[in-house]
Amino acid sequence: MSQTIGNLANRFRTCPVTGLKVDSQAENLIKINAVVAVVCLLFGAIAAVGLVLTRWQAVHLLPAESYYRFLTAHGLNMLIFFIVFFEMAVLYFAGPVLLSSRLPAPKVGWFAFLLMFVGMAMVNFMVFTGQADVLFTSYPPLKAHPAYYLGIIFFAVGALTVVLHFFGSLVVAKKEGAYKGSVPMVTFGAITAAIIAFITLLHGAIIYIPTFLWSLDLISMDAELYRLIWWGLGHSSQQINVAAQVAIWYLLGSLTVGAVVVNEKISRLAFVLYVLFISMASAHHLLVDPGFSPAWKVWNTSYAMYLAVLASMIHGFTVPAGIELGSRLRGLTQGTFEWLRKAPWSDPGFSGLVLSLVIFGFLGGITGVTIGTEQINIIAHNTMRIPGHFHATVVGGTALSFMAVTYYVLPLIFRKRVAMWGLAKIQPYLFGIGITIMSMSMIFLGIFGVPRRHWDITFAQAPFTMEFPTATETFQATMGFGGIIAALGAVAFILIAVVTVFFGKPVTEADIKSGASGIPQGILKLPPQVHSGAKVAEAHKVGTPGTMILVFIFLACFVLYYFTNWKILGALWKIG
Amino acid sequence: MAQEEIHSSIVSPQGVWWKPVGAQEKLWVTIAFIWCLILFAMMPFWHLKGGQNPAGIRSKVDGEAFRERVNRFISDYRIGEEKGIPVVEPPPGSEIYLMGQMWSWTPIIKLKQGAEYTLHLSSVDLNHGFGLSHINVNFQVVPGYDYALKITPKTTGEYKVLCNEFCGIGHHLMIGKMIVE
Repeated sequence: MSQTIGNLANRFRTCPVTGLKVDSQAENLIKINAVVAVVCLLFGAIAAVGLVLTRWQAVHLLPAESYYRFLTAHGLNMLIFFIVFFEMAVLYFAGPVLLSSRLPAPKVGWFAFLLMFVGMAMVNFMVFTGQADVLFTSYPPLKAHPAYYLGIIFFAVGALTVVLHFFGSLVVAKKEGAYKGSVPMVTFGAITAAIIAFITLLHGAIIYIPTFLWSLDLISMDAELYRLIWWGLGHSSQQINVAAQVAIWYLLGSLTVGAVVVNEKISRLAFVLYVLFISMASAHHLLVDPGFSPAWKVWNTSYAMYLAVLASMIHGFTVPAGIELGSRLRGLTQGTFEWLRKAPWSDPGFSGLVLSLVIFGFLGGITGVTIGTEQINIIAHNTMRIPGHFHATVVGGTALSFMAVTYYVLPLIFRKRVAMWGLAKIQPYLFGIGITIMSMSMIFLGIFGVPRRHWDITFAQAPFTMEFPTATETFQATMGFGGIIAALGAVAFILIAVVTVFFGKPVTEADIKSGASGIPQGILKLPPQVHSGAKVAEAHKVGTPGTMILVFIFLACFVLYYFTNWKILGALWKIG
Repeated sequence: MAQEEIHSSIVSPQGVWWKPVGAQEKLWVTIAFIWCLILFAMMPFWHLKGGQNPAGIRSKVDGEAFRERVNRFISDYRIGEEKGIPVVEPPPGSEIYLMGQMWSWTPIIKLKQGAEYTLHLSSVDLNHGFGLSHINVNFQVVPGYDYALKITPKTTGEYKVLCNEFCGIGHHLMIGKMIVE
């Protein structure tokens, strides 16, 4: 017994920067999940280059078969494997590490990782050997080899295990008194991500198990029912990303500039709205489907009157407002925007946070709500506007926030100085600007009706040819250009992460004191995390005037884009 | 006392954190909520007043039954053939049928400008996507389901129907035609 306790004590170290007690078992699982996530990101990024250079018809790089195969691999490795492995790392961080608690069952953690890894390897093997050319969505009656579906089931069961283990670690932390009071906001956000993950993965099990049986010719499958439940997985999994990414925004705000929580009640309620309403978004993909009534579509696509959109609009206020208030408390009180002018723009943790927030909100959020409107979907469904939208949310938003937080995870968890620090400083800009150019180009292509998931829009070998307006050629070129910049940004990130993990110099306390390069400024000198006394009352009086201006600019863009789309729709043929 | 303490998002709040909301935050949440209600109201409003809605008449249909119905439609109104695909000219106001299959749309349909038709869409194999270019009207075509949409062509010309749902290796070869006179 006393030996067990002794072993347990040996598992912990105290972080010299944050003062948190860190369980080495949790730390190792963070590392392995993050490393595999980055490997999947590399697969996805290589495929991405092939895809943009094929959709750019002037280049038209890949033959048709490889194009569809790369498209399948790109979707799975980016949207599922990279993101979910990374989210598993986030859960191990937000649970045991942030609560200074122990990981309840390390062996379960390793078993779950193994299951996910085997699943990922099976799926990639089936895809790259041409036995699953079904794209990410694998709509029946399109059929892949049964091992493909089985791989996804393994992966999902593994992820589900990690989620349950995370809940277990919350119980253990509370019971053993690892923290006092309520869980911090970042952990609260991660809990909502985990709850959504649980719901999502259940949808995954409900759809992939019958699909696996169907692929063995044991049962039949309704094409529309599959679409309904599959998107319960497919769209909801993007909502795990949203919750995880918002939690990371809060985390990075705290670490980089000492952002404060303006109001715990409002921010936490917004997270709860995600949990309550976000699974309804399966409907976004079924708005012009024959299986559902208008009432069903309107209610579900709007997350019951846009309450999940309200949640995002709240976070879109509270995150910058927290940064502004925290900065003002640190003395950046001049004018409306001194807190932004004097922000640490060369800290990739901070620039990545801001770019992620802006790209997600302005580009991803506004377009998403607009094309997810029942009728407007008629002019957007399966056009390039769809990938244009979700590359802004998932890549410009989620992936970029994950990259940004990595610059803090490397020194804090891996305890290594970030390699190639000069490159790291510009990496978020490179990636963010590339994705913005690419997404906007895709959206414009979609407005001309250019279909997504299409190898040849010149229809050169088809019975009839057709030509899209010449403007589309320009947008194809800018899409290719933006895509390549973004891919370079992704490769730069992978290079920095890999070199740091395997060859990076360890962080010593002397490095932190002397301000060695490769350590973000928030770690060199952690901004104050708690303020009290008269200056708090003073800060409350001033509030966040800069943020108020920014959110109203956002609202104006939203209103303009939304009603422009109604106008375009209204000019069409009469339909319905 | 409690009002005078403020902390970051990685600090555990102590005591009761259910506190009144500041004026600026309250204003933004209120405006955002009103905007959400407007977003919601636009959809039912457009069903009442707008001309473009994906409601349609929806029913289940067996693939072979739909193929037979399309063949009957073709033999009733056939006026010719182009590249092996029959061309039909149904009278204004009639039920018209378009069948998606790997990798073609059957038949080619001639319509009259300003007349209303009921367009039935279905597939006899995989999911397909009805994409009317360059009007940019898009609907999902699902095997086993008949999606009947009332359409009134507003402009004349030759419109291509492309497939915008991946349907196998020949997906990009799938293109049909609708002609409005």
